[in-house]
Amino acid sequence: MGEIERLIDRLEELDDLLAGCMKCGLCQAVCPVFTETGLEGDVTRGKLYLLEGVARKMISDAKGVKQRLDKCLLCGTCAANCPSGVNALEIFLKARIILTEFIGLSPVKKVIFRNLIAHPRLFNRIMSLSGRFQGLFITPASPQLETYCSRALSRFMGERHFRRLAEVTFSQGPEKWKKPGKTSKYKVALFPGCVVDKMFPQVAMKTARVLERHNVEVSIPDVQICCGIPSLASGDRKSFTSLLSQNLDSLIALEADFLVTPCATCTSTIRKIWPMMGSELLSERKEQINKLAASAMDISQFLVDVVKISSPALSSDGKGKRVTYHDPCHLGKSLGVYQQPRMLLQSLSDCSFVEMKDADVCCGNGGSFNLQHYQTSGSIGENKIHNIQSVEADVVATSCPACMMQLIDLLSRNEKPIAVKHVIELYEEDGNQ
Amino acid sequence: MISKSLVDRFTTLLGKENVYRDKIDRFNYAYDAAVLEPVIPELVLRPTDREQLGEVARLCNENKLPLTVRGAGTNLSGGTIPQKEGVVVLTQALNKIIEINEADMYAIVEPGVVTATLASEAAAKGLFYPPDPGSQSVSTLGGNVAENAGGLRGLKYGVTKDYLMGLSFFDVEGNKIKSGSKTVKCVTGYNLSGLMIASEGTLGVFSELTLKLIPPPQTSQAMMAVYDTVEGATQTVAAIIAAKILPCTLEFLDNFTIRAVEEFSHAGLPVDANALLLIEVDGHPEQVAEEANIIREICSKNGSTRIQIAEDEVEKNRIWEARRSALSALARLKPTLVLEDATVPRSKVPDMVKGVQQLAGKYNLAIGTFGHAGDGNLHPTILCDKRNRGEWETVEKMIGELFEIALDLGGTLSGEHGIGIAKAGFLAREIGQASIDYSRKMKLSIDPNNILNPGKQVGGWNG
Ligand SMILES: Cc1cc2nc3c(=O)[nH]c(=O)nc-3n(C[C@H](O)[C@H](O)[C@H](O)COP(=O)(O)OP(=O)(O)OC[C@H]3O[C@@H](n4cnc5c(N)ncnc54)[C@H](O)[C@@H]3O)c2cc1C
Ligand code: SF4
Ligand code: SF4
Repeated sequence: MGEIERLIDRLEELDDLLAGCMKCGLCQAVCPVFTETGLEGDVTRGKLYLLEGVARKMISDAKGVKQRLDKCLLCGTCAANCPSGVNALEIFLKARIILTEFIGLSPVKKVIFRNLIAHPRLFNRIMSLSGRFQGLFITPASPQLETYCSRALSRFMGERHFRRLAEVTFSQGPEKWKKPGKTSKYKVALFPGCVVDKMFPQVAMKTARVLERHNVEVSIPDVQICCGIPSLASGDRKSFTSLLSQNLDSLIALEADFLVTPCATCTSTIRKIWPMMGSELLSERKEQINKLAASAMDISQFLVDVVKISSPALSSDGKGKRVTYHDPCHLGKSLGVYQQPRMLLQSLSDCSFVEMKDADVCCGNGGSFNLQHYQTSGSIGENKIHNIQSVEADVVATSCPACMMQLIDLLSRNEKPIAVKHVIELYEEDGNQ
Repeated sequence: MISKSLVDRFTTLLGKENVYRDKIDRFNYAYDAAVLEPVIPELVLRPTDREQLGEVARLCNENKLPLTVRGAGTNLSGGTIPQKEGVVVLTQALNKIIEINEADMYAIVEPGVVTATLASEAAAKGLFYPPDPGSQSVSTLGGNVAENAGGLRGLKYGVTKDYLMGLSFFDVEGNKIKSGSKTVKCVTGYNLSGLMIASEGTLGVFSELTLKLIPPPQTSQAMMAVYDTVEGATQTVAAIIAAKILPCTLEFLDNFTIRAVEEFSHAGLPVDANALLLIEVDGHPEQVAEEANIIREICSKNGSTRIQIAEDEVEKNRIWEARRSALSALARLKPTLVLEDATVPRSKVPDMVKGVQQLAGKYNLAIGTFGHAGDGNLHPTILCDKRNRGEWETVEKMIGELFEIALDLGGTLSGEHGIGIAKAGFLAREIGQASIDYSRKMKLSIDPNNILNPGKQVGGWNG
């Protein structure tokens, strides 16, 4: 079998999924990357048709196809709006694996995913060392947004403005949640997610405190293990499978009723992607995966839907700080969680909630997309910044640390001192709760 | 092969980033929304200034390169499938609304402006752009003019041609031709704007469109009527028109579509009904109330078993959701969806629906029919799997017979989706060879090298 035939053979498995696309082109109306570039190769229809082109031997440049496929936020907006119900995300993730295995994973990624992230203890240690020594390389950018930038690391960081890595991550922090506490109505395993753990540890801390305040028993995994989405987005089946299986061991051991996270991307990965990919990659543990996935929830959703907190909506009174909300794609479009975070914000006593235009449009971060296509990522985010400013917000709240990074970067570079907070931070800090 | 020196000239003209030679980039412009084989063009160009279109056309003509203009690529007839040795010219970067004039109620736009964008910008100024093809969230106005796109509001408000007041386009020598005016009345020169309507990119490259805007209706009333028979529904349509009422929308769903929609959205539609009419009247509040009453009576007189009148916006939305989700509901049943639009005179809708149902039985195919009952423009939607070669051959055969039925009923091959290459072969049967010859002679005198989207609208011939 020739080289390309091998690839075509593997793409066969996507045939049924691909056949559902009727090439209507309506995804052009919703794809944030297409909205920015206007190129067919950047929209769902174009990307799906490239795969068909390979399968039909009309194109053979696998690297080129992979490059086009990688220019995608994996935001799921297209899938959520497709009239034909095409599951574009499933196709994209599976295609990335197939193409990566055909082309080969780059040596750098191999080291990062297989030798580093797939070994959580080592990864955590290196990250906290970096946290301690970062001061040597970074200089403050915006005091209000607590951001830094870096000349010395500009090869990696570009023009970015970012928050410092935590010197003590959340998972290295207080021991108390690592031992089961007193029994309560619900037992929750708190999964902070890597970005919260290492860059916004206070978000996890506050999540835990709020849960405790509502008499929920919290336990956290011994070590923070990556949910696997970066591996998957880079097409590395091997490290994803390893992370999934390590996570299963670590989380099942906590014997919790719910798996709660303050990270929209982790929630959506655990709830949707683990079953989608795991049922094939780790078929022997399918049941465990499905059970865990079904118990995964965003923190706002958990408080509103399960704990049923009863905070009155206060904030139409126009007093206090003006707070607006940005819907992370992985919470809104992926899981349909729109109302719950807003309910928490509306219950704040010292803030008034204002809805901005296009709150549920992607901020342009897209994880590895931001790394590979920093310019496009930024221009997609420009509209978001404009909409935040248009409602004269003092604070923009959201539910995903990746969106927080993007908003912080954009606001800081534009010298707009608007605070960026996780919903749960505001909720925890509010005197009324 | 396009020579390097020609590519260099395009590059100088448009900038490196707007000239696509890489095969993958070109492959992305090999298809549109029609179920047809893709053809990879030799070069893709993306002008960012509308004046560049003329130079592009001239260079293509001088080098005898087939030129296919492409908007959003949503046409359903292969209108943007290029020639192998040809050039695709993208208009999506030409998306400026040049002017919206409230006093004289018109808009001047570049061809790449998206239909819904103009509609919402006009609405923001208290004006109304009625043509609303199902693809309006992405389709371009240039594409709308070149296909004479219609939509749900066709019966009362007309289609794209009724809103084109004038335009500028480039001929193959790169001359800018102007036609029409910003005035309501204009008889200066031949009506070249009319000629450009439904020209499918074969007669000129549009650079500026002047479109009519109108005051929006003050209010509207939506309702749904359920029927045991298709005849009941179509008699209702005839009676409404006979009563001198023009609803802004008058949509039909057959039993197959009703069942698909219900399964998809659980909206509580009557799955044993044989036809559903979705009707909306708009205008002055008193007139709307009066017409809604008359329509209600007409519906029940003609055998409607249930009539539901939307009490508020929420109910109105629920009623329209049935129509809006028709395509989605059908699309999910099978991998391939062929959206046809053979159109017949209003009075022949029952015969057409019957004909389609007979074909479905004869060939054992799944077909849902829905569409614009008010103007006889139905969309028989064939569901199949193109990968199954036998089935696909059957579908192609069946479509041929579908056209025969429509033509026998005094109808037309296409109400709004265009001829493109999909239906070019059936053209003679509808308009006759003399009409084709006349059209070709005209095209050849305008475009002697036949470079403007060859093979579309007037068929595949090499001039
Ligand atoms: C889901 C769906 C629903 C649809 N619903 C409707 C409907 O309700 N009513 C309807 O009428 N159609 C409908 N269509 C068909 C299609 O959307 C319309 O024909 C639309 O007008 C095409 O616009 P476009 O920008 O995609 O044009 P394209 O497909 O890009 O091009 C169409 C034709 O226009 C020519 N063209 C484009 N721009 C120019 C220019 N500047 N100068 C010269 N020629 C040009 C092209 O060469 C081509 O021949 C639907 C399609 C889909 C996929
Ligand atoms: S992905 Fe969906 S919306 Fe996009 S072209 Fe395919 S069917 Fe249409
Ligand atoms: S996932 Fe998002 S960025 Fe990727 S194609 Fe779909 S809408 Fe576009």
